[in-house]
Amino acid sequence: MVASSLRLRDVGKSFPAPDQALTRRPVLETISISLEAGELVSLVGPSGCGKSTLLRLIAGLDFPDSGELLVDEEPISGPSAERGLVFQDPNLFPWLTVRRNIEAGLAARGLLQQKGSEVKEFMRLVALEAFADVYPHHLSGGMAQRVALARALINHPKVLLLDEPLGALDAFTRMRMQDEVLRLWQNRRTTMLLVTHDIDEAIYMSDRIIILTQRPGTIEQIIPIALDRPRDRSSSGFLSLRSEILELLHFAGNRRSRVTA
Amino acid sequence: MLQGQKNSRQSQVTVGGMPTDYVRADSAERYGLSAQERKHSTAALLTVPVTAAVALGIHLFVAKNEPPNESRTYTIVLGSFFAGAIVAAIMQRWWPALQTRMRRFRPLFTVGILLLCVWEIITSGFRMLPLPYFPSPAGVVQSMINDRGLLFDSTWHSLVLLLSGYLLGVAAGLFTGVCIGWSSPARYWGMPLLKVVGPIPATAWIPLAMVISPSALISAAALIALAVWFPVTMLTASGISNTRASYLDVARTLGANARYLVFRIAIPAALPSIFVGLFMGLGASFLTLVVAESVGVKSGLGWYLSWAQGWAEYGKVYAALVIMAVFFSTIMTLLFKLRDRVLVWQKGMIRW
Repeated sequence: MVASSLRLRDVGKSFPAPDQALTRRPVLETISISLEAGELVSLVGPSGCGKSTLLRLIAGLDFPDSGELLVDEEPISGPSAERGLVFQDPNLFPWLTVRRNIEAGLAARGLLQQKGSEVKEFMRLVALEAFADVYPHHLSGGMAQRVALARALINHPKVLLLDEPLGALDAFTRMRMQDEVLRLWQNRRTTMLLVTHDIDEAIYMSDRIIILTQRPGTIEQIIPIALDRPRDRSSSGFLSLRSEILELLHFAGNRRSRVTA
Repeated sequence: MLQGQKNSRQSQVTVGGMPTDYVRADSAERYGLSAQERKHSTAALLTVPVTAAVALGIHLFVAKNEPPNESRTYTIVLGSFFAGAIVAAIMQRWWPALQTRMRRFRPLFTVGILLLCVWEIITSGFRMLPLPYFPSPAGVVQSMINDRGLLFDSTWHSLVLLLSGYLLGVAAGLFTGVCIGWSSPARYWGMPLLKVVGPIPATAWIPLAMVISPSALISAAALIALAVWFPVTMLTASGISNTRASYLDVARTLGANARYLVFRIAIPAALPSIFVGLFMGLGASFLTLVVAESVGVKSGLGWYLSWAQGWAEYGKVYAALVIMAVFFSTIMTLLFKLRDRVLVWQKGMIRW
């Protein structure tokens, strides 16, 4: 499977302040990140630090005020089927059955005739064949999110952007889904950028963790995770990383000076 | 986790090919009937036949006050009610679907027949209401039968006019609604026009329509279309512009072009709202149809109504009202059926 590298250089983004139309509030400042092809990287940070905004910029749904975003050294000019995006809310199209939802990516690009045979394969991949003709409101949260994953994967994206995709699931379903996402990633070797609130999830899944500061978001630290997969959530290496990141997040912001001590 | 799904599957299978007992239990459950209620059915079974017999008795008693013609016709009508009720009461033993339906409608039928009795008593019986404005039910049935050719013809003309106006209005309303809802230049120019022209009742254009149009029929169709166009446009536009932004975002990251976004995302997402517009438009079209027919067009139920009134034949007026009730509510029901089909994906819909 082909994956893309991703390079962000000094990316900044601001939005109009809600009360005053003339002033703009910076959300992201001087973000420089580089993802190798096939890497799985997590973005962790306090809420409102611009993680989701960053994903939207990479998806091409928004444009930065400054800096540049490159996929395989080409600048991003808009949304593309090569960069899939999965939200926290599965956002399945409620008027389409599970099968039609998964097909949507092919239908949108007019490839349903040619590649329709792949739909079955993707339903098997996320174990939803039995629910092909069911409408989304019958699905549980975990199943709906699996459909959303299959829908994003059917375009064979070279980059998969995950915006807290497991955030709304209960703890057990979430752990199972983490394994499923990892399995998909290991099979397909897509470049993945995962936004999460869950530090365990970040450590369990990623090659590197990028920690953002409070708004305006800048990069606080990048932590490589050298643990072997499959990772043991209770191993000492895991736990020491966990407390290191917790400490970082806890002191991030106005009392930053104490972190280095 | 999958409760809803499992249930719906089970009932599908049940209706498909299970033993009749199973079906009966299932449909009885659907109408909220307990086992006890099902047991007491023998006495309840007789309610409708007995009521029909009572109505027949009352009719025969007051028949001496009525013209023999009308009296005979109405005797036949009530007699066939009675016979039908008896047949249904017997048949229901072997026909579970009929049984549940009868159970459901028994109170309604009973009260309906009793109301006919009351009507007959205060008209033919005691002559409490002035003639010719309040004929007896027998008189109305007789007028309906006497004038059946003209009534059928009028209904047919109304149907053609209504459908041509309604479909034209829906097509125009969907087009302008999608444009206004999707594109901001269209919204800028379209909304003021819509806000100013839309609220004028379509019937207020009648004087103008009479002058402009080459034929009354065409102008009536145009007026109905106008009456339909406004609510359909309004609700289509609001449905389209309220499409969840995240659906559009997802579709764009899946590689959708503008056409896909409009036709495969925005319009399906707006369908619940569009159907509200279609219902409002249908109501407006009934109103406009009847007014236009009684003012300019020389055919149709609205015309028949005012024509019968002109001759003070109130039996015919009521006959036309009964036909209208059946006609309009049938069309309304068909639209509801269409909506139920199109919006199967929606949770918790109101049933008609």
